[in-house]
This record gives sequence, structure tokens and C-alpha cells, in this order.
Amino acid sequence: MARTLTFKIFRYNPTKENDEPHIDTFELEETPRLNLFTALHRIREKQAPDLMYDFVCRAGICGSCAMMINGRPTLACRTLTSDLSETIELYPLPFFKLLGDLSVDTGVWFHDMAKRLESWIHTQKEFDPAALEERMDNKTAIKIYDSERCIECGCCIAACATAQVNPDFLGAAGLNRIGRFLFDPRDKRGDQEWFELVSTEIGVFGCIGMMACDDVCPKDLPLLEVFSYIRRKMNSGVKVAVNEMDLT
Amino acid sequence: MKVITTDVLVIGAGLAGERAAIAGAQTGLDVTMLSLVPPRRSHSAAAQGGMQASLGNSVKGKGDNPTIHWLDTVKGSDWGADQEVARIFADNAPIAMREMAHFGVPWNRVEGGPRDVYIKGKKTTIVEDFDKEGLITARSFGGTAKWRTCYTADGTGHTVLYAMDNLAVQLDITIHDRMEALSLIHEDGVCLGAIVRCLRTGDIIAYMSKSTAIATGGYGRLYGESTNAIINEGTGSWIALQTGLVPLGNMEAVQFHPTGIVPTDILVTEGCRGDGGLLLDVDEYRFMPDYEPEAQELASRDVVSRRMKEHMLKGKGVQSSYGEHLWLDLRHLGAEHLHTKLREVYDICMYFIGVDPIKELIPVRPTQHYSMGGIRVNKDGHAYGLKGLFALGEVSNWDMHGFNRLGGNSLAETVVAGMVVGEKIASYAKTAELNANISLAEKFGKEQTDKIAHLMNNSGSENVYKIRDEIAHFLREDVHIFRTGEKLQNAVDGLKEILERIDQVKVQTTAPGMNPELSQALRIEGMAKQAYIIAKGALLRTESRGAHTREDYPARDDKNWLNRTLATWAVGADEPEFNYEPVGQLDLPPGDRGYGGGQMIDMDLTLEQYNAKVDAEQTAFGKHPTLEPMGTRIPKEAWREESPYKDAK
Repeated sequence: MARTLTFKIFRYNPTKENDEPHIDTFELEETPRLNLFTALHRIREKQAPDLMYDFVCRAGICGSCAMMINGRPTLACRTLTSDLSETIELYPLPFFKLLGDLSVDTGVWFHDMAKRLESWIHTQKEFDPAALEERMDNKTAIKIYDSERCIECGCCIAACATAQVNPDFLGAAGLNRIGRFLFDPRDKRGDQEWFELVSTEIGVFGCIGMMACDDVCPKDLPLLEVFSYIRRKMNSGVKVAVNEMDLT
Repeated sequence: MKVITTDVLVIGAGLAGERAAIAGAQTGLDVTMLSLVPPRRSHSAAAQGGMQASLGNSVKGKGDNPTIHWLDTVKGSDWGADQEVARIFADNAPIAMREMAHFGVPWNRVEGGPRDVYIKGKKTTIVEDFDKEGLITARSFGGTAKWRTCYTADGTGHTVLYAMDNLAVQLDITIHDRMEALSLIHEDGVCLGAIVRCLRTGDIIAYMSKSTAIATGGYGRLYGESTNAIINEGTGSWIALQTGLVPLGNMEAVQFHPTGIVPTDILVTEGCRGDGGLLLDVDEYRFMPDYEPEAQELASRDVVSRRMKEHMLKGKGVQSSYGEHLWLDLRHLGAEHLHTKLREVYDICMYFIGVDPIKELIPVRPTQHYSMGGIRVNKDGHAYGLKGLFALGEVSNWDMHGFNRLGGNSLAETVVAGMVVGEKIASYAKTAELNANISLAEKFGKEQTDKIAHLMNNSGSENVYKIRDEIAHFLREDVHIFRTGEKLQNAVDGLKEILERIDQVKVQTTAPGMNPELSQALRIEGMAKQAYIIAKGALLRTESRGAHTREDYPARDDKNWLNRTLATWAVGADEPEFNYEPVGQLDLPPGDRGYGGGQMIDMDLTLEQYNAKVDAEQTAFGKHPTLEPMGTRIPKEAWREESPYKDAK
């Protein structure tokens, strides 16, 4: 028999005078294979026209719709109500700036993260339109793609204990991005440059290893593998730096 | 009203917009990008299968060159394309792929030696050249003579967009996200910027610029059931149409992709069939070779979608509670392939429909996917009718796709047009004066604030979501794959009636800030008018060409319809005006595509006669002079050196 679902949704419009954070309750008939993308649209279009949330691709690819679903950060578009209890609690992701109701400003945070990490290929080479592309081993290309698949949804940051107490922490998404460029032979940043960027409390040594990020990542990124790679790399970076000091 | 000035304003920060913004920033111009969403969430990110470029590194792409790519593209377009634009595209695509490699895209690479692949349903061993090891490889896509589609697994759009946005961050290009352009500011036929609504605060802001580019993607969401992201509601083409000066080209040319999954309409890439996936019917019988013995599952999208629909009409579809569908079979490709080269497809099937494609069949049906039509521009990307306005990517009708685009050509178009048109946008801005006419901006701004006040305060009772659904219903029922005069007339009448109710739309919430219902209400007039233009344009075009299939006019009619539809909508008019211009200079004479069957009515002009009238007729409808004369980029009759023409000599 079809269930009647009860949605308890966090509401707050910061642009509205005198608005206070509160919970609104909505009821919705469950239909077969109902996901939260469709459910939230039904609620907005029939019950709460001012309800704010973000969807773009609705296919688990763009990373827009992460929210706290019964206490767990994940993508709303690919969450089926049939996998949830009859009462569904929806909150915006913590950590990020709240724009309204379930909508948070992940875009600006990730843009800033890209700037802080200089998330681009560092090379002295100019592009030569007449030349063949630089060769790359296919296994290397696949390895880069494994980390490049991050969709910047913010689930890992929302689930991260360190991020909640240290707002500058780069989080799993940031560390994974570092891994992505460390793996890439086109990026010519040396160990020392990486070391200065990463070996701080906002970088890899800020992580206390609880790995909630790994539990919640909707793309199943190889975060454990990436973090340990970075740590090992940074340790060898220390040795290099110490050796250099010894010489002077 | 806040006024922001910039040299170049780029509306839309997907791949085309970002690449154009980069071209501007690299010449030292001040560039500002606006986007409905953070750039990396643009619909470009959802592109899976890849980008066509004739690098010819894979052994199955050996001997490929831009001429062969161009031939495939022109045939794919059913001769509706501008052949010079298709040439500019094919010539630049290899450079664009290499440039993106330089910027950081982890393209899959050639691995020398033997490997097993599926070709036309048969397991075959191919041997990749060791001397190509490490160069960008390619997979097979529909309607192509060679394996030409460069890819990173099935996340190509994602990786290219991330590499592009990384570069935009590096160049420190200004990005204002969660912004929606509501109208263009213009005077005396010159575009001076845009009126924009902030989707965080609801504020109305004027952006004034030397040159303005629209790169907002397609209008697929008008159909309701579409593979497109939910933001693809034709917002960019609407602000151009709204001027009453800029024509939209070929809006009736709408692509239906063979493999949208059922339900949810999410795309699974053409790469599934490129890598050997098969289409099966209710009896799990592989039917495509019966219809297309040569191309089989890999004919062009318009043809495969038509054949699927045809087969379902014969009673061979699978009935389900979500409607009729067919099957896509990937089981024989094996777990490793689905966990690497098709891993996003695997995820989509598992999460959204609970189907394990390693063991189970995927339910698919043809689903709206791509908008060939859009803002009509010349080969420089300069919009007809309004100086200083440019358009590129899916929102534009640059027109390398004509009436059917090939898979892998649109994602490649975004970066190629970004390079080519981006340069023209920059050079226009270098010579233009900034006309920060504040009182004019105030006038255009007031039109939008008045409109918002009307939407909130009028005495009507129309619900915007209901109107949106009604528009979609007419397009889906009557302006889909198979079209008839009767059905199209029904859609035109129905949409006309909807248009008469548009100013009765009233938003129920006056909440400040994002107000999602108001956002939808501000788009609805544009959605209704564009739907009307699609339906009316399809009714007027009494032939079948590419994706536009008229059951009552089954022949491609090169005598009467080798032309492009142009629709303008004068300010305050009840009806749009339809005009027709030549498709562009012809180099490859109209002929058989080599798949799809169908009849043809031959043109009665010689190529010389046809080409002689192109420039004057296009200019009459608002084409600006191009930086180089028309036709200069076509190497005349280069196609005669390629198969099958070479063999026929």
C-alpha cells in the first residue's frame, strides 16, 4: 500500500525581515520510484511555492543538490523515498553559507578552494597549436580521472569533523584535488611547493582520520588511497627539505 | 539600480561561455561571466560520451582528416548546415582537443597492441599502433566514417568543464553566479548589455558592456521530458527574441536521442552503442540491422530514433507502467568495461532505475536531447539584427548542425566556437566604445521591475507550473519525432490559446530573495513564445529533413526547402514573422546520406546559382558583414579526394 510521507523541512529565508529558522511539515503521497527531486518539486509546486533548494542535472552528475537527508549528507536527486523512513527530515548542508531553506552556497566555497590550491596545471610550456599533444600513459590518465570525478557537492565537507571546527580546512574535496594534480605529470610543481601548500593544519595534517568523507562520498572517490599517497609524498618532501638544509 | 560595467559580458558559464571569456581575458579585456548556477554545475558537465575531432590516433580512426569529419557533419545535418561553419569547426576541432589536453583534460590515451572490441554486434580484435601510444584515443559514435570521438571514460563534459573552469580561475575572470539575464539593453540596433536578476537577493542589476555574448545552452526543457538539465529553459534565446530584432533560426529542428532511460529521461551516452551496445525489442530481438543494414545501431540519431519509434508502432515495444520502451543491451561488454569506460552510465542505471547493466537490460526510448535551433548568428558568431551581440554553443544557430547534429559534435562545438567566436567577441570589444547610458539602462530595468510587479499584483489566477506543463504537453504530443500537419496545427492552436493567458499568470508568493516561483514566471512568456515558434515553424516546413519528420511530406525537398527558418517576434506583435534564407554556400551538393533511406526532391538551381544569392539574402534578414568574406574557409571540392567520392572518380 502506498505510504503517506511526512517531510520535515528546515526553513529560513535570510532575505526576509524577521524570519526565523524553523521546521515546516508537508505530507506527500508516495508514488513508485519516487526520488527527492520529484518529491521536492511536488511540494514546491502544490504546497510551498517559496521553498528553496538547488537541482540542475537531476542525474547525480552536477553536484548541486546535496543536503542532509535524515541526518546524512547526500545527493537528493538520486535518493529514493522507498529507501527512507516514512518521516523524512531535510536540512541544508552545514559548513556552507546558507542561501535559503535547503540551498547553500557551495559554488563560492569551491571557487575559493580552487584559487587557494591554484587548481590548474602549472607549466612553463606554451600551447603550440601546430604540435601533437604531449603523450601520456593511459593508466596515468585513468588515475587522474579517478580523482577528477569529484563533483564538488560538498558532502565530504559537511560530514567532516575537522571542517566544522576549522573553517579554513581544505577538506576531502580539497585534498583530493591536490592528489589529482600530484598525479598529473603535466603539472610541474615541485615537492617543496606542494609541501608548503599541503603540510599544514588546513591541509593533509589537519585531517584526524575519521574518514566520514569516505563514507558519504556519492562518487566513491578513492579518498583513502589519495590521502595516504599525499601523506607519503609529503614525508618524502620533508626528507628532501632536511637534506637541503644539511648541505648549507 | 546597481550598474556594473565591463568590456565583455558573457551570459552563461558552461563550456562555450567560459572558453569565450578566456579568449577575451587572454587579450587583456575585462570580462564578466554571469551564470544561473556555479559554472561547474552547468549542463556541459553532464555530457558523457565525448568530442569529435579527426586526430586519427586510434587504428580505427586511421586516415581521418578534417574533410572526412566535415563530410560526416554535413551529411548528418541532412544538408541543412552552413557548410563553411562546419568546415571551420572540423578544421579547429583537433587543435581544440590538444589545447584542452594542455589545460589539463585527462583524455583517454592509445594503448599499443591488440584489444577486443565489439563492432556491429561482433567481437573483434583490433591492434592499436605502438607508435601512437600515449596520444589521445577515440571511440566510435553514430554517423561517422571513422572512430573520432575523444573521451575521458563517460565523463567527458565534466573533465573538460573542470579544466576550463580551472583556467578561468587562474585568469581570475569575474564570475557572478546565480544571476539570470532577463533582457538585453539596446539602442539603435546596438546591444549595450543586459538587465539581470540576482537569484540570491532578487535585486535587479544592469550590466553594461562593449560586447555581449549569450552562451546559455538549449531549450530542451520546453518539452518537459528531456535529457536536459532543468535550467535549459531557453532563457538565452528568449532575451534575444524579446528584442524584436534578432531572429531565431531553425527552432523546429529538435533532436531526440535514442537512449533516454525510462523513467527519469536521464541520458545514457551514445558511447554505449559506440562501444558495442545493442538495441533490442520486446522479444529481445536486435532490430536495427533490419532497418539500417550498414550503419545499424550507429546511424545518425534522427534515423535511429525514427527507427525505434517505427518499430514500437509495429507493436514491438515493451509495455511498462512508465509507457512504452525498448532495451539497450550492454551485458556482453562486461563488468570491467562498465566499471571503467561506462562507469557513469553504470551509476545512473543503478541509482536511478535500479538496473544493473552488467546483468540486465536498460529500458530506453527516444527522448528530447538537443536544440539545433537558436539565436541566428553569422560565421563570426555575431547575432543577426543587433550589433555587439554574439551567441555560441547550443543557444546559437551558428549552424554546423543543420537539421541533425552528430553525437560528439556539440560538446566539441562548445570549445571550438569558444575559441573562434571568442576571438571575434574580443576584437569587437577592442574597437567598440563603452556606452554606459544609465538612463537607457534604467528604462530597460524598469520594464523588468514593472513585469515583476505585474506578476505579483495582477488579478489573474493562472498557475505558472500548470502553464509550463501545458506547453510541454503540446510539444510532446504534437511536435515530437513524427509530425503531421493536423497535429502541428493542433499544437499551434493550443499554444496560441496559452499565449493569450500568459499575462494572467500570478505568482502566489511575494517572498523576497530567490523566489523560485517568480523565476519560473519570468521565464514563462519566453517558453510559450519559443514553443509556438517551434510548432509553427514545423507546420510551415512541408518536407522532412534530419530530425524534422513530416509523415505527410516524407521527402527531403531541396527544390523548395534547402533553407533555414528565421523567426522574429516584433515587440507587441501577436504573431512571429517567418522568413527563409539560404543555408549558406554549398560545396558538397545535396545527395544521399548513406543511411536512413527516404525520398529526395532535387534542387533546380546549380550550386553556382544557389551560392550567388546567399550573401544578399542573408544580409536582408540582418546578417552583419563577416570579418572575412563568405566562403573563404571552404577548400573547394576537397571532398572529391575522399571516400566514397574518390572511388567514384
